[in-house]
Amino acid sequence: MRLWKIPDQVIRLAVLIVIALAVLIVVRLRFIPDSFGEIGHYRTDALKEQAALTLHYAGMQACIECHDDIGEMKAASYHRNLSCEGCHGPAFKHVDDPGEFSPAVAAGRIMCVRCHGYLASRPTGFPQIIEAIHNPVEPCTACHDPHDPTPPEVPEDCSACHAEIARTKAVSHHWSLSCETCHEASPEHRQSPRSFLPKKPTERAFCGQCHGNGSSSRESAPQIDLNEHGGRYLCWQCHYPHHPEGR
Amino acid sequence: MSELLEHLQANLQQVTGYIYPNEIELHWSLLIVIYPYVTGLVAGAFILASLVEVFKVKEVASTYRLALLTALAFLIAAPLPLLAHLGHPERSFQIFLTPHLRSAMAMFGFVYMWYLMLVLLMEIWFEYRADLVRWSNERRGVMKLVYWALSLGSRDLSEKAVRFDRKAVYAITLVGIPSAFLLHGYVGFIFGSIKANPWWSSVLMPIVFLFSAIVSGIALVLLLHYVTTMFRRVKPDMACFNKLASFLMYALIIDLSLETLDFIHRMYESEESIEILAQLVVTKLFISLTIVQLLLGTIVPIVLLAIGRFSRIPEEVKRVVFFIAALLVQVGIFSTRWNVVIGGQLFSKSLRGLTVFKMQLGGIEGLFMGIALLILPFVLLWILIKILPPWDQQEAS
Amino acid sequence: MSKDLKRREFLARFIQLPCAAMVFGAVGTGDNKAAAEGPYRAEDHLYAMGIQVDRCIGCGLCAEACKNENNVLKEPYFFRTWIERYSIMMDGEAEVDSPRGGIGGFPPLEEGSEVMRSFFVPKLCNQCDKPPCVQVCPVGATFKTEDGVILVDESYCIGCRYCVQACPYGARYIDPRTLTADKCTFCYQRITKGLLPACVEVCPTQTRVFGELGTRSSPLHRMKRQSSIQVLKPAMNTEPKVLYSDLDGEVR
Repeated sequence: MRLWKIPDQVIRLAVLIVIALAVLIVVRLRFIPDSFGEIGHYRTDALKEQAALTLHYAGMQACIECHDDIGEMKAASYHRNLSCEGCHGPAFKHVDDPGEFSPAVAAGRIMCVRCHGYLASRPTGFPQIIEAIHNPVEPCTACHDPHDPTPPEVPEDCSACHAEIARTKAVSHHWSLSCETCHEASPEHRQSPRSFLPKKPTERAFCGQCHGNGSSSRESAPQIDLNEHGGRYLCWQCHYPHHPEGR
Repeated sequence: MSELLEHLQANLQQVTGYIYPNEIELHWSLLIVIYPYVTGLVAGAFILASLVEVFKVKEVASTYRLALLTALAFLIAAPLPLLAHLGHPERSFQIFLTPHLRSAMAMFGFVYMWYLMLVLLMEIWFEYRADLVRWSNERRGVMKLVYWALSLGSRDLSEKAVRFDRKAVYAITLVGIPSAFLLHGYVGFIFGSIKANPWWSSVLMPIVFLFSAIVSGIALVLLLHYVTTMFRRVKPDMACFNKLASFLMYALIIDLSLETLDFIHRMYESEESIEILAQLVVTKLFISLTIVQLLLGTIVPIVLLAIGRFSRIPEEVKRVVFFIAALLVQVGIFSTRWNVVIGGQLFSKSLRGLTVFKMQLGGIEGLFMGIALLILPFVLLWILIKILPPWDQQEAS
Repeated sequence: MSKDLKRREFLARFIQLPCAAMVFGAVGTGDNKAAAEGPYRAEDHLYAMGIQVDRCIGCGLCAEACKNENNVLKEPYFFRTWIERYSIMMDGEAEVDSPRGGIGGFPPLEEGSEVMRSFFVPKLCNQCDKPPCVQVCPVGATFKTEDGVILVDESYCIGCRYCVQACPYGARYIDPRTLTADKCTFCYQRITKGLLPACVEVCPTQTRVFGELGTRSSPLHRMKRQSSIQVLKPAMNTEPKVLYSDLDGEVR
């Protein structure tokens, strides 16, 4: 006689549970995808599937392989960093079969204005036009070659690029001052803006030429005693020169 | 798909402030409201049954089997809304094939299986085994076979075997209480562990879920006890009603305290998200949170239960008061789930804007589907009661 | 002409060969390591993207190219990348908008609005090193590859949408055609061939810089050397591999 007998009902339950577990394990082994868990907790084949997806953009390198003339022209222009397919749209099919598929050609003004239309949120220095007053209706390509967009004349007006500052200044008390009054810009700045930066005033005395007591400026310019006013701060640390009366 | 796009366009019109463009679609809708509501009822009903078993609360002993069957009926229905909301329900078995062990949701399968198979079904089986054997002996035809199969062919009616059943039930209940806590605490964890969402992300979430689950479970058993007593035309067991009402009231008070703690904690810490959450609470969630969840679903029931327990009113009126309180609690807890699930998606993770939820009538995520999924467990319960009548024993004794 | 055609034909084949693509790779990402070797090896790479916020002009070409390259639905509710415009008002309040995700550009700011500063911020999946979306995926349908990119296995995703909820950046959506999660892959089909992601390819101002971490000769490394680098929502501790320079504190 055994000391401890497993009750009948427990045996019956245990058989059921064992069968259920066995089925679960068999099903699991049978259905786990082949490449699952080789590297991590995922199907390795999924990587290959992702990598094999169809391309739509060929990349600039592929474009200039054939269109080397345009590539060279562009490489020397303001648009050197632009990808061909940014304006012409996805062109992988064209690379694949140039006869059958042709990429889009941007016409009119819409495409250009997407980048060059004036928006207050754009970084200052980025060339922007106000579409409504910049040769209205005329397509941009009438004057600018998109592959070498240097304007027919080098911009006379700083506002061509510094539109936001120009707009701010236009409604300020400094509206009548030209940019050159305070900034000395070398002609090269117009060609390579980031390499040849314009000069900025460096001393309080510069502002004092008009705003210092006893200076010979117009009467409308407010004048202060440079020695007392503002202490050790430079003028433009408190007053924004392009909108000096701004709070 | 065109229906979805139209729906999204309508939503886009009603966005206030800024939301990320991918947030215009609300990803978890009515079905995911129903899921924690239903699992809450399971856990609550089971915890009530366990109280009876472990702490020998004699007054509510008559609801023990009913509570177990209720838990089972709702547990069977619980994964259905989840399944229906999946983009690919046919792939759901992958949760068992390749469970991602760091995913809270992957654990659902295991917590659920553990609870359903090893706790609830085993407890019910041991509880009913002797009856099943007896019924399979008494009945003829198909039902005899059904009971025989349900008893797994067991025939032993000896006193020793029955005594073992009782012990087994007791042992399983002991395991079952933490399991029930786990089941619903875990549902709270699914939400509480999403750090990207400040409305969900809270350590209190599992605990709040748990206590609201207990509240809803007790209220459900009270409602079912009321209804079944009425239909069976037996003398209402007032002691049972009183005890259930007391439990419900205490659970409600704990639940309210936890929710209040959560609220005060958020207000006091006043993190980056507090402004958008405050906006959410006073605009989009005002009715469902302040009016329905807090006032109608918590405070009014506490007052009603207190009146029922501590004032001298006729017993029939008392029972009606309890009934109304329990009914309000159900509405309130459903609203709680709504406010968590839907509320958590009405504000942008940019914390800069609010969006809207528009319920559809038809379709898989629609209102009718939701109602059907809420009725289903009651149908299941009715079937279970027919097969495994929970009352014979008491009436015999 | 005939020489030209031949060259084109050659090129057409050239670009389809994986090993040839490695030569591009040297050009595309400034990484020479893999150029001489055979087929693509994920473990040799660790990709990242830099966003130079002060250069973004809000043209929206990136978001558009992304949809073209990856067959993303054109409707404005599904984006792998998009552009936000921030306007900080005189009273310090920030207003944000992103009409159609920035595709087609932005309208002018409201006339007469008292804007103190304003700028554009491109957004995309941050390819986190500790991705919350991967953590929550119940079946392993979204995962971090050895090259650091977070991908979705379209044929394994069950569509539970938990990853969408878990992403702090709103970078995921459900593609209604497949009912599975979808997101930026850094154009995995491109970068494994040494090409740039489509958004980087078309970006006219080099706001977007693509490269590899741990490689010294790349525009990304230069950016990291020269600028103060920030990531989005650092408190989430997701350790993004999309790095922002000159990021405003209002951005989240």
